[in-house]
Amino acid sequence: MLKLEKRPQPSRLWTYLTPVVAVVITMIAGGALFALLGKNPVEAIGTIFWEPLFGEFAFYYRPQLLVKGAPLILIAIGLSLGFRAGIWNIGAEGQYIIGALTGAGVGLAFYPMEAWFIFPLMVIAGALGGWAWAMIPALLKVRFGTNEILVSLMLVYVAEQLLAKMSLGLLRNPEGHGFPGSRNLQQYESAHNAEVIAGTGMHWGVLAAFLAVILAYVLLNRHILGYHIRLTGEAPRAARFAGVNPARLILFCLGTAGALAGMAGMFEVSGPSGQVSIDFNVGYGFTAIIVAFLGRLHPIGILFAGLLMALTYIGGEIAQSNLGLPAAAIQMFQGMLLFFLLAVDLLTNFRIRIKTAEAA
Amino acid sequence: MTGTLLTIKGLTKAYPGVVANDDVSFEIREGEVHALLGENGAGKSTLVKMIYGLVKPDSGAMTLRGTPFTPAEPRAARAAGVAMVFQHFSLFDALNVAENIALGMEHPPKMRDLAARIREVSETYGLPLDPYRTVGDLSAGERQRVEIIRCLLQEPKLLIMDEPTSVLTPQEVEILFETLRKLTGEGVAILYISHKLEEIRALCDHATILRLGRNVGTCVPAETSAREMAELMVGSAFEAPERAGRALGDVALDISGLSVKSPSAFGTSLKNIHLTVQQGEILGIGGVAGNGQDELLAVLSGELKTHPDAIRLLGQPVGRLGPTARRELGLLAAPEERLGHAAAPDMSLIENGVLTAAQRENLLNRGFLKWGAARSFAEKVIESFDVRTPGPDNAARSLSGGNLQKFVIGREVLQRPKVLVVNQPTWGVDAAAAAAIRQALLDLAAEGAAIVCISQDLDELMEISDRFGALNEGRLSDIRPAKGLTVEEIGLMMGGAHGMEVSHA
Repeated sequence: MLKLEKRPQPSRLWTYLTPVVAVVITMIAGGALFALLGKNPVEAIGTIFWEPLFGEFAFYYRPQLLVKGAPLILIAIGLSLGFRAGIWNIGAEGQYIIGALTGAGVGLAFYPMEAWFIFPLMVIAGALGGWAWAMIPALLKVRFGTNEILVSLMLVYVAEQLLAKMSLGLLRNPEGHGFPGSRNLQQYESAHNAEVIAGTGMHWGVLAAFLAVILAYVLLNRHILGYHIRLTGEAPRAARFAGVNPARLILFCLGTAGALAGMAGMFEVSGPSGQVSIDFNVGYGFTAIIVAFLGRLHPIGILFAGLLMALTYIGGEIAQSNLGLPAAAIQMFQGMLLFFLLAVDLLTNFRIRIKTAEAA
Repeated sequence: MTGTLLTIKGLTKAYPGVVANDDVSFEIREGEVHALLGENGAGKSTLVKMIYGLVKPDSGAMTLRGTPFTPAEPRAARAAGVAMVFQHFSLFDALNVAENIALGMEHPPKMRDLAARIREVSETYGLPLDPYRTVGDLSAGERQRVEIIRCLLQEPKLLIMDEPTSVLTPQEVEILFETLRKLTGEGVAILYISHKLEEIRALCDHATILRLGRNVGTCVPAETSAREMAELMVGSAFEAPERAGRALGDVALDISGLSVKSPSAFGTSLKNIHLTVQQGEILGIGGVAGNGQDELLAVLSGELKTHPDAIRLLGQPVGRLGPTARRELGLLAAPEERLGHAAAPDMSLIENGVLTAAQRENLLNRGFLKWGAARSFAEKVIESFDVRTPGPDNAARSLSGGNLQKFVIGREVLQRPKVLVVNQPTWGVDAAAAAAIRQALLDLAAEGAAIVCISQDLDELMEISDRFGALNEGRLSDIRPAKGLTVEEIGLMMGGAHGMEVSHA
């Protein structure tokens, strides 16, 4: 009989090992899933994990890794602060959309003027937009005790409606022959989030993501505010005893997550995507939740998790076009990753004992 | 006194890293009160859990009335006639007494019949209880009655009671003893767990003493002195704390007209509390659990805020300030709950040192933590207070209760507080650690700090306090000099028998 036994303290080894084990189990279970769909599992897994990095067209896919990973990392870093403190922002997707709208809106307002300050203004506007959207669940929670999970999630759907309204109305390209969607910011130099080094995929959002990783690391490990975030998550009563003001912490965590998600949206709309359109958002805000947990809510972990998740996105697309795997199978594969991570996570705090015959 | 009810032979139970029970044997006769005596961590709880079917022994055997007894679960133990009253009650505040009792039954009768049964049993055994009262409104003593009646409805042959008097006033203890004597008169055996020696001498026929998981002796309490039993229990004589003569200084803490609503629905609101503590003085505050102790600590630590002038620290109004600001001014506190309130279980001792000492020990540089200084501080606490741990990097939850408590008290004491408020400073702590903690409090007072010690351990309060008051339903009794107070007087200050004096008339 298997028996779980609580460890006296969390295992350091397993804290680092669980993500790796989870990835391996996902590969095995995913391979079985692909085999059931009639595909060669080794080839499918190889296509997802190997092709983008070392395959024939890796020169194209490698920069894509950064392009797809950066928004995930940026959003996940913000979310992880709240998650650590037990504040559950599920609405990063909405904050991402609003950030894209406010960022693009500021840029488009200046069109066709060319000036160096336009792009920085757009970054600030994007951050503020996401921040303001996140302040709605934050203030409602602080003032009326509402549940931030529900409010932030519902605001995603409101943001989606706003996005559709904006691409059909206020932000629509006046020279676009009535098609929905804004002007293409890639063709507006002052507002274009161009690659910092051509051909690498390294745009300003990627730099922002790396910076966010470093700042979050310093905040959590060196600053009293980060200490208070961790303390609140681990022992809320002890945090109050230590003098943490819960309301202020909620405003900070939700606000930071919103600002980072808004910035991610802004970098996306002004760079890889280029324009505000009805189907601009592709679920980065939700995938970032997986990334945050896959990275153990640790900044460095999130960096790797974001890149890994980007890899499954890109590899998944290749597998879809080359092997004809259905998109739903790829999504299931990504879901498995979180599922197995949470399952294996048990080993950090518990050890498994095999119990033999019971003594009388 | 007829035959043997329960025989225990060679029971052993090991947990990783610790042997909780090592070859324990003794027997309980029908109709006797058998005491199980030992310090915290001596293995009393594990032993009774084995009898009650909650834990399976690694080896050893039990027989109940001559037949082998191996309860696989509490239900089997109850079916065999073993009932248990736990130290911590498992009652739902929002339900009434009869509903609570019905919840624990496998085939509950109709509510009206059950209520009638409850009335009948409660009258027979002198435990007055209204089956239709909401449990949330009951005192701790009355809640215990609910648990006892729940057991008696099963008509047990053996009743296990785990530290039953820790929640009772001295008067309520008398009533309980009266009930227990009635039960033994009917042939019920009682296994009575306690570390209060005088109680055991007054009530029990036999005592089995456990130390470090072993049975170290059996005695007849009435013929053995409390001192002899204490020495068996502890293994050696230990020093009683010494109190140096102290000169009292100015009033350090002044509480006047303090009324605070409890933040939790079934908490106790504080009502019009007045007290002063001088520098160098220890004020002991007694009372049965749940009479406003947690609220008093919270309102002093700053977790609960109040009117500015209700609390004055050396003349300065602090009632509106939060915990950090109060610490900066020198008002420090150590709450009762070690894990989760005074310390974060999964954080290291270094991080737990930062929890309250960040400001006073200067562990911050413009908001950034000085981990080197934090480590030194944690090491200083560990060394000065003899905290047994491999090092300051270990998580708080890996420490034993006594060691963590020494760390928590040491963390506050080493910050040189002007006023220190502690709640249950030695709860669940072994005798040696408890003596060390009391000595530290006495030393701190000798250096001129004012100390408020909230505790349910009356012996502890009489040992260290200069003056004594008691909380009862959120009100504080008159404060009187501790010297010369009798048990009777203390009991009355704690609220007497809460109007239940007539129950055995």
